[in-house]
Amino acid sequence: MSESISLAEICISSSSKAWKGEGEILATGIGLIPRIAAGLAKLTHNPDLMMTDGETYLISQPAPMGKRDTSNDQVEGYMSYSRVFENLWGGKRHAMVTPTQIDSFGQTNISAIGDYDSPKVQLLGVRGFPGNFINHKNSIFIPNHSVKTFVKGEVDMVSGMGYQNKDLSNGKFEIKLVVTNLGVFDFNGENNNLQLLSLHPGVSIDNVIENTGFDVIIKSDEVTQMPTSDELACIREVLDPQGIRNSIFGE
Amino acid sequence: MDKIVSYQDVIDQLSDGMTIGVGGWGARRKPMSLIREICRSDIKDLTVVSYGGPDVGLLCAHKKIKKLIFGFVSLDMIPLESHFRQARQKNEIDVMELDEGMVQWGLRAAAMNLPFLPTRVGLGTDVLTHNLELEYVTSPYSDAEKLVAMPALNLDIALIHVNKSDEKGNTQIVGPDPFFDELFARAACKTFISSEEVVSTQELGGKDGAIFNRFERSLVTGVLHAPCGAHPTSCAPSYGFDIKHLKEYSEAAKSFDEYSAKYLNKTHQEYIDSVGGAETILNIPLPQF
Repeated sequence: MSESISLAEICISSSSKAWKGEGEILATGIGLIPRIAAGLAKLTHNPDLMMTDGETYLISQPAPMGKRDTSNDQVEGYMSYSRVFENLWGGKRHAMVTPTQIDSFGQTNISAIGDYDSPKVQLLGVRGFPGNFINHKNSIFIPNHSVKTFVKGEVDMVSGMGYQNKDLSNGKFEIKLVVTNLGVFDFNGENNNLQLLSLHPGVSIDNVIENTGFDVIIKSDEVTQMPTSDELACIREVLDPQGIRNSIFGE
Repeated sequence: MDKIVSYQDVIDQLSDGMTIGVGGWGARRKPMSLIREICRSDIKDLTVVSYGGPDVGLLCAHKKIKKLIFGFVSLDMIPLESHFRQARQKNEIDVMELDEGMVQWGLRAAAMNLPFLPTRVGLGTDVLTHNLELEYVTSPYSDAEKLVAMPALNLDIALIHVNKSDEKGNTQIVGPDPFFDELFARAACKTFISSEEVVSTQELGGKDGAIFNRFERSLVTGVLHAPCGAHPTSCAPSYGFDIKHLKEYSEAAKSFDEYSAKYLNKTHQEYIDSVGGAETILNIPLPQF
């Protein structure tokens, strides 16, 4: 544990708190950091979480990053795409995702940038965002916090709904946590404004303000809590022994 | 009863302007040999419903699509589909962009002969802004909630790739995830199957095999024998997706002629030979995440 703690590890530790107290639900971490973070949540504070092998089966231990011998996976259940929809429509899921844009309402975009009829950049399409955000809690991980990701006004194509429409969601809509390369945030400011909870080491409040296209409430300027030695052992030895996590910030 | 058909038989059933549903998911178990055959034909102006992968991309590259009904188009490990992106960015296709679950709901409504199914999904998003044909419905019960009335996605034809079939159209999808192929079959007037293997009914494996029979044979109009017919997409448990080929295909968005000359406008057997032969394909490992 002598090596220094990387930004990726700080983000994983912070992101894993998204699933704190969430109980026996499906944890879906889409992308490198969210996936390791969901695994960390299961190995540390929430062993009841359900997780998939990234394909079709629920497995008892989080699938580590990189190549593995899948015959060692302890399969405990089935989670086809069809069942994922049934599960999420019932609200028993918490996903952490990385939208291309997010706005002050918490609306998210993974569909297209620019004019909708002939987009400047066509992305994936809305995928499951409309259904996810209206049916269950979500958290967000943004590796490149800037005015291009945290946009002024509204996102170009609203894929996931925002707080101004929460009434449409039967009370289910909530963005619990927002973790970026600069700090940790939530949307629990007055009127559901984005608020800063902590800054990663070396990041200033000005860095956050300059890189966010809308007002951020500064609730705290504390430094983000560092991963514990137990968390670091889980990340380094179990969840990502090959160190794939550090590619995200070129560490 | 013999439902075995040729590629030409399937093409003869298609016509300009039809609505075609394509089974599979992203880069998984797509009826690619049938898609390549459509690309070779002079059929045009299709409306395509798909959990999109290279099926959508290839059809875009051949200007076969008038309107795409979709939730995403992706090659999985290559997240963005270059041919689809190009078609969108040049405004070459009309789109009905939906949540993945709304696509399922639309197919399910069609499968149940219903005009629509209600859902909250879509509310509060630009899915409704950009699809003005989507209407609302108010709950007739005391909650009086306003919901989206997801219209039935009725298909003229569904194209589905499976692991096994007999000549009567008793199909089996042996891979662990059948995706939404059953709903595509139920939503369509006619369903054509391409199958890795065509076997006798006896060889389907009786009761043990029957759990892999995801929809009944009365839904199947024709069965085409297409070994490795999903390539370059995967067909679990037989072969994974061909990442090297998908990269080459993806790059080809810049200059399609070279890719086309190498791999397209061929019979299925010629195509399989051009990508290294059946044995090579069957040795592609399944993806791991």
